[in-house]
Amino acid sequence: MSPSDAVLRDPGTPRITIDRPADYLHAEHTLRSWFFTTDHKRIALLYLASITGFFVLGAVAAGLIRLSLLVPNGQIFTNDTYNKLFTMHGVIMIWFFLIPSIPATFGNFLIPLMIGAKDLAFPKLNLLSWYIFMGGSLFAVVVLIVGGVDTGWTFYAPFSTTYSNTYVIPALLGVIVVGFSSILTGLNFVVTIHKMRCPGMTWFRMPIFVWTHYAVSLIFLLGTPVITMALILLVMERAFHIGVFDPRLGGDPVLFEHLFWFYSHPAVYIMVLPGMGVITELVAAFSQKRVFGYKFVAYASIGLASITFLVWGHHMFVNGQSQLASTVFSFLSFAVAVPSAVKVYNWTATIHKGAIRLDTPMLYAMGYIGLFVLGGLTGLFLATLAVDAHLHDTYFVVAHFHYIMVGGTMLAFLGGLHYWWPKFTGRMYPEAWGRVGAFLIFIGFNVTFFPQFILGYLGMPRRYHEYPPEFQLLNVLSSAGSTILAVGYLFPMVYLIWSLWFGKRAPANPWQAKGLEWTTTSPPPPHNFLRTPVVDYEPYDYAIKAREVG
Amino acid sequence: MTGPGNHTDYPLLLWPAAASHAATHVDYLISAFTAVTLLLTVPIFIAITYFALVYRAGRKVERGHTSDRNVKIEMSWMLIPFFLTLGFFAWGAQIFDTAKHPPGNAMTIQGIGRQWMWKFEHPGGQAEINDLHVPTGQAIVINMISQDVIHSLYLPAFRVQMETLPGRYTQVWFQADRPGTYRMYCSEYCGTDHSVMNGQIYVMTPGDYEHWLNSAGSSISLAGGGKRLFASYGCTGCHGAASTVRAPSLAGLFGRPVPLASGGTLVTDKNYVRDKILNPDHNLIAGYKQVMPSFNGVIPEDEMIQLMAYIETMQEVQP
Repeated sequence: MSPSDAVLRDPGTPRITIDRPADYLHAEHTLRSWFFTTDHKRIALLYLASITGFFVLGAVAAGLIRLSLLVPNGQIFTNDTYNKLFTMHGVIMIWFFLIPSIPATFGNFLIPLMIGAKDLAFPKLNLLSWYIFMGGSLFAVVVLIVGGVDTGWTFYAPFSTTYSNTYVIPALLGVIVVGFSSILTGLNFVVTIHKMRCPGMTWFRMPIFVWTHYAVSLIFLLGTPVITMALILLVMERAFHIGVFDPRLGGDPVLFEHLFWFYSHPAVYIMVLPGMGVITELVAAFSQKRVFGYKFVAYASIGLASITFLVWGHHMFVNGQSQLASTVFSFLSFAVAVPSAVKVYNWTATIHKGAIRLDTPMLYAMGYIGLFVLGGLTGLFLATLAVDAHLHDTYFVVAHFHYIMVGGTMLAFLGGLHYWWPKFTGRMYPEAWGRVGAFLIFIGFNVTFFPQFILGYLGMPRRYHEYPPEFQLLNVLSSAGSTILAVGYLFPMVYLIWSLWFGKRAPANPWQAKGLEWTTTSPPPPHNFLRTPVVDYEPYDYAIKAREVG
Repeated sequence: MTGPGNHTDYPLLLWPAAASHAATHVDYLISAFTAVTLLLTVPIFIAITYFALVYRAGRKVERGHTSDRNVKIEMSWMLIPFFLTLGFFAWGAQIFDTAKHPPGNAMTIQGIGRQWMWKFEHPGGQAEINDLHVPTGQAIVINMISQDVIHSLYLPAFRVQMETLPGRYTQVWFQADRPGTYRMYCSEYCGTDHSVMNGQIYVMTPGDYEHWLNSAGSSISLAGGGKRLFASYGCTGCHGAASTVRAPSLAGLFGRPVPLASGGTLVTDKNYVRDKILNPDHNLIAGYKQVMPSFNGVIPEDEMIQLMAYIETMQEVQP
C-alpha cells in the first residue's frame, strides 16, 4: 500500500512524507480547486461527470421508449408523452452526450499529454467552454424534463416554428448556447495542436488520436456556426413570425432541412472520428504493433472531415430536392466509404501478426470494428437512391445510426475509458468484471438494434408511438435486448466508481503502450511532465517489441 | 392476397409484400447489395477473430516479415470495394430516375396531407380519407400538398415515399400489379398523432375500381368543381374569354414558357400557377401590369386542386 493510499483510507494515520510530488488529483482538494481549475485534466473530469449524468437521463428516456413499444396500441404512454420522450432521448444523447463525449473528455485530457504539452493553449477558455456547456445543457435538460418538447432532435420547420405547442424556444436556446462551447473547444484544440507540440513531436509523429481530434476540431469550427444560425432563424420565426421556413409566412421548409443537415451530417463525424482515434490507439496497444499505414489513416481522418461537408443532401432524397442534386449527393456519399474502409482494413492489418491481449479495451475495440462496419455499410444502402426511397425515415435508419453512434462512438468511449482509466485515476478497473460488461453490452446492443433493420425493411416508420400488430414480435425482441444493454451499462458504472477507492494502484504504463501519456506517472502531475519530453522516435514504436515477443 | 389483415397470421414477418414490379426490382437491388456487403465484410470478421486468437500474446507463432505499410495493398482495398459499390450507386440511380418520371398516360390522384389525416381526390371528384383505391395495370401519380407541416406519404408495398410539403406540390408514382390491401403511412414526424396518420391502399382490378368509383359517387368532377370556383372567385372577370381587362389567357398554360418582366423565361407548372394565385407579385410576367389581388389565405388547398384541374382542361379546349 502506498503512503497516499493509507492517508485516504484512514484519516487517523499520521502524515507520512510523500516521496513524489502530488498528482493532479491530490494537488488540491477544495471544491474551488475543481470548479475554478484551469487544468485540462480536471476540466476533462468535470466533462466526464456531466456527460455521464446526461447519458443516464438519455438512457432512461430510451428505456421508457422501449417500454412503450412493447405493445402496438400505445397504451402505456399518451402520444404526446411518447413524442416528448423521443425528443428528450435524441436531444440529450446527441447534443449533450455524443457530440462532447470523446473530444471534451478524452480529447481534453489526452491531447496535451500526447503531444508533450503542459496544458491546452487557452486553459481559461477551456474552463469557460465547460461553463457554457453546463449552462446551455442544464437549462435545456430542465426544459425537456419539466415542460417537454415534441419536435424531435431535428426541429423540422414549420412544425417547430408554427405548430408545436411545447417549449421549443427554451430548448433551442440551450442547444444554441452549447454550440459555442463546441466552437471554443475546437479552437482550443486546433491552436494547441499547431503551437504546443513538444520538441521532436512533428505532425507525423502525432498519434492518430490527435489527428482525428484535429479533424473534429475543424468540423466544430466550420460546421457549428451554421447550425447556430439555423436555430437562431427558427427562434426568430417562432417568436417574431419572421418568415424564413414557413410557407405561410413566405418561407421554405426545405431550406431548414438544408441548413440543419449541413451541420448535422458533419456532426455524425464529430461523433465518429474521435471514436476512430480511440480505436486506433487501442488496436495498436493491444496488438503491440505499429499502426498499419499510419499516414493513410491520418490522411483518411482529414479526408473524412472534408468529404462529410459535401454529403448533407443524402438526407433529402425524398423531399423535393432536384434529381440531379440527389444523384450527386448519392455519389459523394459513396465516396465517404473510401476513407472509412481505409480505417477498417488498416485496423485488421494492424492486428495481423501482433501480440494480442484481449483485455477489456481490446474487446470493446473488436466489438467496435464489427458494429461500425455494419453501421457503415447499411449507410451505403441508404445512400443508394432507390433504396432510400423505401427505407428513409423507417426503423432501418434508426438501426443504422445506432450502429454508428452506439456501436461506434459509445463502444469507443467505453473502450477508451477503460484503457485510460489508470491514467485518469491512478487505479486499475477489475478486469474480469470489465470483460463480462463488454460482452453484455455487445450482445444487448445487437439484440436491441438488429431487429430494427428488419422492422425498417418491413416498412415500420420511425417515431411511431402506435404501430401495426404484425411488428410486435420484433419490437418485443428489441425491447428485451435493451434490458440486457442496460444491465451491461450498469457494470462499468458500478465497478469504475468502486475502483476509485478499491481498485489496484496503477503503474505509469500498465499496457506497455507507446505514446507520451504513458511516460508520465498515473495519475500525471499537475503540469503533466516533470521535464518537457523530447521525441526522437516514430509513433507507435512497437516494432522491436513485437519481434522480441515473436 | 397479401394485406395488413393477413399479416397478423404471421407472428414473425421477415419480408414485406411487393405490389409492383418496381418494388420487386428494388428488392433485387437490396438482395444483391447485401450479398456484396457480406462478401466484403465476412472476411474482415473472420480475419479479426482469427488473428486475435492465433496471435495472442505469449503464443509462439511466427511474427516475422510484417510490414507497417504497403501502398499497393492499401490502394487496392481502398479502390476495389469503392468501384464494386459504385455499380450499386448506378443501379439505384437508374431505378430512382424511373421513379421520378411517370409515363405520359399516368392517371393523377390528388392528395392532401394535414395533421393527422390523408385526403385523396380522384379525377371524377370521388374523395376518400385515409383510404386510397387504385386500379392495377395503370400508372398512378399522387400529386400532393400539405395544409400545415411536412408530412410524407410512404407506401412500403411499392417501395416509395415522398415528402408532402406545405406550399409546394410534390409527386410520387407507382404502377400496382398485384391486387390486395397494403399499408400506407405518414413517415415524416408531424406531431401528436403522427403514428396514426396512416391508412390502407386498396389495389383493385380495373373492373373493380370502376365499380368502386361508381359506388363512391360524386356529383361533380374535380375540373367541373374548378370551373365553378373559377367563376365564384371572380377569375373569369379578367382571365375569361369575354374579359376587357388585359390579363394573360390561361388556355394551354401548363408547360408553356412564360417571359418574365425581370428577363428570362419560366416554364409553368402547378407550383408556379399556385404561387401566382397566392402571390401575384412574384415572377411578374413581361408585358402585363400587375393588377391581380392575392388569394393568400383565401383559397384552401382542396379548392386549389379543383382550380388546377380546371385550368388544365382549358389547355385541352383551346389548343
